[in-house]
Parts: sequence; structure tokens; C-alpha cells
Amino acid sequence: MTDTVQFELVSPAKLLLSEDVEMVVVPGGEGDFGVLPGHTPMLTTVRPGIIDIYENDKIAKRIFVEGGFAEVSGTRCAVLAEEAIALDELNRDHAEARLQKANDALQAADNDIAKKDAERELRAAEAMLAACGA
Amino acid sequence: MPNLKDLKIRIDSVKSTQKITSAMKMVAAAKLRKAQMSAESARPYAERMEAMVGALAKSFDGVQGAPELLAGNGKDEKHLIVLVSSDRGLCGGFNANIGRFARNKIAQLQQAGKSVKVLCLGRKGRDQVRRQFGETILETMEDLTKNGAQYSDADAIALRIRTMFEEGEIDVCTVVYNKFVSAITQEVTPLQVIPFQLDEVESNEEEENDELKALYEYEPSEEDILEELLPRNLSVQIFRAMLESFASEQGARMAAMDNATRNAGDMIDNLTLTYNRARQAAITSELIEIISGAEAL
Repeated sequence: MTDTVQFELVSPAKLLLSEDVEMVVVPGGEGDFGVLPGHTPMLTTVRPGIIDIYENDKIAKRIFVEGGFAEVSGTRCAVLAEEAIALDELNRDHAEARLQKANDALQAADNDIAKKDAERELRAAEAMLAACGA
Repeated sequence: MPNLKDLKIRIDSVKSTQKITSAMKMVAAAKLRKAQMSAESARPYAERMEAMVGALAKSFDGVQGAPELLAGNGKDEKHLIVLVSSDRGLCGGFNANIGRFARNKIAQLQQAGKSVKVLCLGRKGRDQVRRQFGETILETMEDLTKNGAQYSDADAIALRIRTMFEEGEIDVCTVVYNKFVSAITQEVTPLQVIPFQLDEVESNEEEENDELKALYEYEPSEEDILEELLPRNLSVQIFRAMLESFASEQGARMAAMDNATRNAGDMIDNLTLTYNRARQAAITSELIEIISGAEAL
């Protein structure tokens, strides 16, 4: 068995990242989970939050994702995210503007679906702001 | 016999047209490369998502209570056609083909007593449908592909379609777009997105999927994941149609402009031949005049 997991981060527009890592911690819909080689195959939702990539028992990379899905198999962990930004490239002003916009959208939402969408966006913006401080 | 000056003017004008068409061809070729690249890089996401939906959808096959986006709402009365076309012309049969297909489809559905609505992405598609079925057009969205297709636009369109579906305004939604086959061939393709249909890309990986399905654990439940997955999948499908259509448009334009450039070349050759003949004739007749004038002395 290899001692690395192939981690892939994919956005609708392109494959953002594909590399072999020792461990990756993903913010799952039901709580964070770490993926090591040989993980049980699993499909799960991802909530807005930070993905930590570990190398040599230290966090090598932190990436903010705004929700999506993760597919885990023994040797691979693929995260489908609509947007992903490296943590050190996050911008607090941008996050605040986004939060504001999401709030406005929620106010303006006049049906269930638009409301649900706006709430999702709001959660993403909140997580982004929280990630700025991390 | 046209006079020399007129011919010269024609030749010059065709030459400048040729310059324009060949420039457009180069621009289209460059854009095509870019569009192909972005279509290519969008593929991993779409494929993964399709595999996930495929694996999940199978477990809902024929089961009661599957999400409506997947199974439909049981009706087949109100259709929405999303017509993906371009904003600009000069791309050969690109818009005409898709327009013809859409008109046929609308006529067919209307004959069967269904109500049809059309959402146009791109100005040219609207122009194709407006004459005959103007009252069916809900809205036209323009400038979507100005800087290549954007996922956020696809997402907004998907949200709108979902809202209409949820409110019972539509039962079935089909995206009609030009599928990119190669740089010179496009294929008008209807893609039914509501209720969702697994297409052939997925079936290629069927074996793998069966294997995976047995192994996967779902967290939270399968229903919850599917509930989240289907709306995103709709956005992805629309995004993909937009990307394919954009690449097809550039391909079609490149081919059309290549033809135009060649035709202009032929025309210039013909005109130049006529011009030379006319000039020669003028010289000959001048010579005859001089000689016969000299002989008369």
C-alpha cells in the first residue's frame, strides 16, 4: 500500500489541484474528516470551510472551499467545489462585501429556492470571513 | 464590357473583404483554442459529478419518493426549451441549424397539445425563433459568452429553471445546443435536464460505477446528498452546454471564414483575368487605331 493519497480539488471551470499528499482534512457536511490512505470509500457533502493538506505531520497547505462534494476511495480523495481559494489569498474586504451581498439577496428572495440559494451563499460568505481570521 | 476603372474598384473591394474574413478566421481560430481548453478543463468536474449522480440515481431507479429533479413531477405538459446560440453571426450554419431544430421541436410539441416556452441564450437564436413562435419566448440573455462561458451565469440560469420547475410552471426542460464534434463539425443536440437523464458518458463507466456503488458509504444519507447534488448538476449541465456551444461557434466561424476567404480569392482571380483581358483589348484597339491612322496617310 502506498503511503500517500491522491488529492484532487476540482472546480467547474478546471482541475485546481492534483497531488499526492499524506493526509487531508476535509470539512464534511457532518463534521470534519481526515483522509489517510486506505480510507473507506465514501461520498459526502462538504460544507464551506478550510481544507488542510498535511505533509510530514504538518499543515502544508490550507485552502478555503465554499461547499461541494467529496468522493473518497482507498487511494484517492476528490473534492468538487464551486470555488476554492488558497487561505493566504483570502481577502477580508472581499469576504465582507460578499456577506453583505448575500444578506441583500436573502432579503430580496421571494421564493423558497432563491431563499435556499441565498442562505447557502450566506453560509459560504460567513465561513469565508471566519477563514480570514484563521 | 465593364471599364477598367470599375474593375479595379471591384478588385480592391473584394481584396479588402478578403482581408477582413481572413482576420476573422484567425481570431476565431485563437478563440477556438481557448474555448477548447476551457471545455477540456471543465471536464473533470462534470465527469466526477456525473459519476456520483449516476451511482446515486441507480439506487433510486423505480423507487417511490425520488427527488423530483431526478424523476420528474409525473407530468409532461409544459416544456421549457433552453436555446443556446451565439450573439454574433457570420458563423455559417451554426445558428440556422439550431434555429431550425428548435422550430421543428416547438411545432411538434405544440401539435401534441403541449405548452412550450423558450429561454434564449444568445441573440441569434432568438432571431431564429421569433418570427414563427415569438409568443413562446420568455427572455433572451445576451453577452453570456463575451469572455467565454462563465460558471456563475450557468448557475444563475439553473436557479431560474429550478424555480420555474418548483413552482409548476414547467414539467420538462431541454437544453438545445451545438455539440462540439470537431473544429469543423457541430451537432445540434437536445439534452433533457429535467427530469435528469443519464447520458452515454456515464454508461461507459458503468462497470466501474457498479463496483463503486457497492462500496460507497454515504454521509449524510443518499437522499440528502442527491438533494444537494441535483441542483449543482443542473448548473454543470448548463455550463457544459454553454462551453460546448461556444467552442462550436468559434469552430463554425473559423470554417465559414475560411470558405469566405477562399471564395474571395477565386473572385479576385476571375476579376483580375477580366481586368487583364479588358486592358489588353484596350491596348489592341488603340494599336489598330494608330496603325490604320498611319496607313491612311
